[in-house]
Amino acid sequence: MQTVFSIAIDALAYGMVLFVISIGLSVTMGLMRVVNLAHGAFAMIGGYIASYVARDLGLGYALAVIAAVVITIIIAIPIERLLYRRIYGQPELTQVLMTIGITFCIIGIANYAMGPTLKTIPLAEPLRGSVDLGFRTISIHRLFAIICGLAVALGLWFAIEKTSFGVKLRASVDNAAMAAALGVRTEIVYAISFAVAVGLAAFGGVVGAELLPVEPYYALRYMVTFLVVVSVGGAGSIPGALIACLLLGAIDTTGRYLMPEFGEFFFYLAVIAIICVFPRGLAGRIK
Amino acid sequence: MTLAVNTQTILGRPRGGSFRRDLMGVAVIAVFAAAGYILFPDNLALLTRILSVALLVLALDLVTGYCGVATLGHAAFFGSGAYAAGILSAHYGINDPLLMTLGGIVAGAVAGLLCAVIMLRAHGLPQLVLSIALIYLFHELANKASSWTGGSDGLSGIMPDPVFGLYEFDLFGHTAYFFGVALLLIAFVLLRLVVRSPFGMLCRGIKEDPLRIRAMGASPNAALAKMYVISGAVAGTGGALSAISTQVVALDALSFTQSAEALVMLVLGGTGSLFGALAGTLIFMLFEDYVSAANPFHWLTMVGALLIAVVLFAPKGIYGTAAAYFTRRGEANR
Repeated sequence: MQTVFSIAIDALAYGMVLFVISIGLSVTMGLMRVVNLAHGAFAMIGGYIASYVARDLGLGYALAVIAAVVITIIIAIPIERLLYRRIYGQPELTQVLMTIGITFCIIGIANYAMGPTLKTIPLAEPLRGSVDLGFRTISIHRLFAIICGLAVALGLWFAIEKTSFGVKLRASVDNAAMAAALGVRTEIVYAISFAVAVGLAAFGGVVGAELLPVEPYYALRYMVTFLVVVSVGGAGSIPGALIACLLLGAIDTTGRYLMPEFGEFFFYLAVIAIICVFPRGLAGRIK
Repeated sequence: MTLAVNTQTILGRPRGGSFRRDLMGVAVIAVFAAAGYILFPDNLALLTRILSVALLVLALDLVTGYCGVATLGHAAFFGSGAYAAGILSAHYGINDPLLMTLGGIVAGAVAGLLCAVIMLRAHGLPQLVLSIALIYLFHELANKASSWTGGSDGLSGIMPDPVFGLYEFDLFGHTAYFFGVALLLIAFVLLRLVVRSPFGMLCRGIKEDPLRIRAMGASPNAALAKMYVISGAVAGTGGALSAISTQVVALDALSFTQSAEALVMLVLGGTGSLFGALAGTLIFMLFEDYVSAANPFHWLTMVGALLIAVVLFAPKGIYGTAAAYFTRRGEANR
């Protein structure tokens, strides 16, 4: 019972962190049809900035989170303008290469600037301890990660379903040319969604730093995981991504707890099985 | 059949011309191999490694360049070939290098068939993710089956016998080098035949427009699966060569990084052309040898910058851009 409970909490926290990071990737992929392998690199940049602000400058956790999100977005804007613009609508292979190239560059620069060691982000005082539920204690940080994930899911759901921007976004996802013809400025929709996606990635990178430690190869190591989550969930679908994150998080965590010597074997086996059964992802639509 | 005739007339290159190009390709490879042997006699290990990776990149070109399937998991076949050749020698005592190579070819082809069955169920992004999941699965399997593969320590104890009982594998790698050159030449000639055959044309057609191919009565998936098996066999040859020449097999042979690097080499040289694949491998590997010796992280940054530059300025790759340039000049002079 103890094991089941701790697996469940860890799986939930891990799934939520995955969700926060990869939902941005899912939305941009559904919207702009770009296979963006550099998404994890943005999460890593966020982690580095937060670590620098919180540990080296000693400015506290909340400020670190805000700084990470804002600065990562500022870094990402010129990259989007100069590089991503050119690969919209190009074949997948081109997109894969360009974004892998960006990832490699960011890894090299991060290592040069920050060194190859693991960076920690000191947590705020209230997040450090653990809370007693009577029969079991949970670390507050795990709870915080879960709450962040839920908040992001709710916020995105509200923004996409209930606001006018959401209407434009959905219209652009479904048919960009038609939406543009009807007066939606798709350029701006693209730019805002890209910024939000990058900001969420940075946020997830900071919140999840305890579960996915920040180091130069972060971008490469988890890139695959994020991509897997998006394609299992179906690009562009929030519920799909949420289900995929929780499912894959559960499978991965259970595998690690019960059969650590198998590593990520079951994770990838599950991925292959799911994609074979649902080639367009769990929530993918037939076009 | 109609398709083959059509494409051949569209491409408009007479048969004799392509035969001459084949001969020229063989001659160019032979000249390069001889030049490498004379110029870098102390570095034959690196040159042999280039040969084995060149086979992997050629194999990748078959599915990515000719069939248009984007994959990041091609090292699975390379590694399967390497482990098959290594296990034959280390566990079964089959030390004849030709038999070991054959084992690598068969293992690569089987892995190719297996992956094709899974990969061809999806398209686009899910397909790419499937290829990544497959390479990780292969990697974990090899890591887990450590009694067979040596796990993360690598598989050692590979002792290839002399080729034909005459040429022993020496410490300096002379035999391994010539063995590799011979394998590459054979593979190159066979692949030239394959990509020019009606079957090769069909694959190019699938890359252009699978729907139309289906409407013409051919099955894209069957053709792609066949190409995957051929590609797996070629990559397996490369793996076997690497196992025979280095006498160890490391888990790296089955890694995602190896697959991604192969893709980078292919794109650097130019997809959809066997010469491009070879040129990309040669340039990338030599470059890597010089730069990464200095600092592995700068190397990563440079590969990244190189990739971005190729995508932006030379989308056809180095060989493709150069070939297009010379064709243009040739037409202007005419």
